[in-house]
Amino acid sequence: MCGIAGLIHRGKSSNVGSELQGMLQALKHRGEDSTGYALYGDTDGKNFIMRFKVGENVGEGSSSIMEDVSVYDERKKIVDQYLLELDAKIVKEERVLPYSLRYEISYDKKDLLEFSQKIESIPGVEILSMGKSLEVIKDLGNAKMVCDRYGLDKLVGTHAIGHARMATESGVDIKSAHPFWGYPFSDVSVVHNGQLTNYWNNRRLLENKGMRFMSECDSELIAVYIAQKMREGASLEEGMKASLTGLDGVFTYFVATKDSLGMAKDTMAAKPLVLYESDDLVAMGSEEIAIRSVLPQEIDTYDPYDGEVKVWQI
Amino acid sequence: MANLKATEKKTKSQSMGMHSEVLTGRTQQKFFNPDEGENLYYFGTYDVDFNKRTELDVKEMTAPEANKEIDNLMSQGFGTIVIKNPQGKHSLGVGILNKLNLIFEGSLGYFGMGSCDGPTVRINGRVGWSCAENLMAGKVVIEKNAGSCFGAAIRGGDLICKGSVGARTGIDMKGGTIIVGGDAGAFTGFMMQRGRIIILGDVGINLGDSMYDGTIFIGGKIGSFGSDAVPSDLTDSDQDWLKRKLKVAEIGEKFDVSKMTKIVAGKKLWNYDNLEPHEKKGAI
Repeated sequence: MCGIAGLIHRGKSSNVGSELQGMLQALKHRGEDSTGYALYGDTDGKNFIMRFKVGENVGEGSSSIMEDVSVYDERKKIVDQYLLELDAKIVKEERVLPYSLRYEISYDKKDLLEFSQKIESIPGVEILSMGKSLEVIKDLGNAKMVCDRYGLDKLVGTHAIGHARMATESGVDIKSAHPFWGYPFSDVSVVHNGQLTNYWNNRRLLENKGMRFMSECDSELIAVYIAQKMREGASLEEGMKASLTGLDGVFTYFVATKDSLGMAKDTMAAKPLVLYESDDLVAMGSEEIAIRSVLPQEIDTYDPYDGEVKVWQI
Repeated sequence: MANLKATEKKTKSQSMGMHSEVLTGRTQQKFFNPDEGENLYYFGTYDVDFNKRTELDVKEMTAPEANKEIDNLMSQGFGTIVIKNPQGKHSLGVGILNKLNLIFEGSLGYFGMGSCDGPTVRINGRVGWSCAENLMAGKVVIEKNAGSCFGAAIRGGDLICKGSVGARTGIDMKGGTIIVGGDAGAFTGFMMQRGRIIILGDVGINLGDSMYDGTIFIGGKIGSFGSDAVPSDLTDSDQDWLKRKLKVAEIGEKFDVSKMTKIVAGKKLWNYDNLEPHEKKGAI
């Protein structure tokens, strides 16, 4: 089933970590296999923030293979070595969990393709997000468990999207959890509710164009598809509109960039979405109770229609 | 097996697109016998007084707790119940088989007012997916918007949304009337079998797709017609009925019904019962 939620504050910042946690926790009945956050925090914009993992959460319910922590240490050492070779300087380093790390990096080049390819050439290493504002945090468990584990409730920013996952077509692991980073674009993330039926055809097509897939989760295709469209020169909104015919199946998905948040709904309108829109806040989720967690007062909400694409700026 | 046969002479209701066939052969139709009335007991019904009014704050309640409390209040004879702080909770007000004035001061989540038979309900907010699913009788009025599958499989009653509704409005409906003041999404009237849908605004693609019978009236633009949905002539009877219905529904009273588009089933998809199983596969 899965649940998605997102919000964007226009003209101000707020405690988006805590707000999104409340929204996703309200949707936990739609799936508790894993929960993911894509948070756009307030930063000075000078350094890149790289969230990456050197292993999987192999706790209860995980479909991953158990590895020794020493393997994670080895992988981290190679990452550090590769960063030196890429002329990327680690400004701040945080090892949140044995398998999950957060680096602030000074890196001058704009093209992240070469950078990402080199780092991810290390077996078992995956960049969860790369950007000057974006931080993707995803792990097994419900929204509160992940929020507590990573200390997200204090994060202040402008917008955020998140996902509560019920695994149906791929494993219960971090690599299959949402949100997906719009590799190799800085600050692009995607969450999705639905099923894509032309996943393999599109995947083969995009892999031939040099795009990478880290999981076998059909939702990852949306992130790669949009990224490829942007790589070809399309705007975010143009890429999303193209996806309505390029992707087959049922879907409602959100895409966020450094300064915007968008939603798209397939032409069958088979997946739910409730939307609240005002001058200073847009909040949306698979169910109204998600919005109610941040706006308990009586508000006007509506369901976007089939084939609808909307994008909001901060 | 019941067979369908077109009637030669059309009644007024038939001219409006209703009951244009009669059932012959083996049928599951049953008729109410007044002599057996005393043996019929409708479980879960109470004698209520509409002038006896109370309020119920469900902010801290789960949906089952709230629904049980509504039942408890009806058992005490309360005929008018005002629900405070529904806050988008799912499945509120389901399974009410009673005459009752029920007022929600706020919005409902999914499956609100499902499987009801008899109450008059006003929701001063929005409703989520599948509002009033399987409604048998009564009247449900939504002051704001509604989600998808609005009035799915209703058998009777009036379901009114003053705002706009999502996709698949009236899917599989078997009777009753759905009235929408705003727009409706794709697949409105999908597989409907009886009843009538009135949309004053625009509708999305595949209107009336695979509809078996029933009538749809559209005031605005139509995205596209679905399979076997065809336009039909709007008669004087239709216009009279539309005016009366919109007035009763407190919606679009000044709307020019003469410009509405009437949609009925083309009935090309009928006669499945006359096909052998292997022929059905080909037809589908």
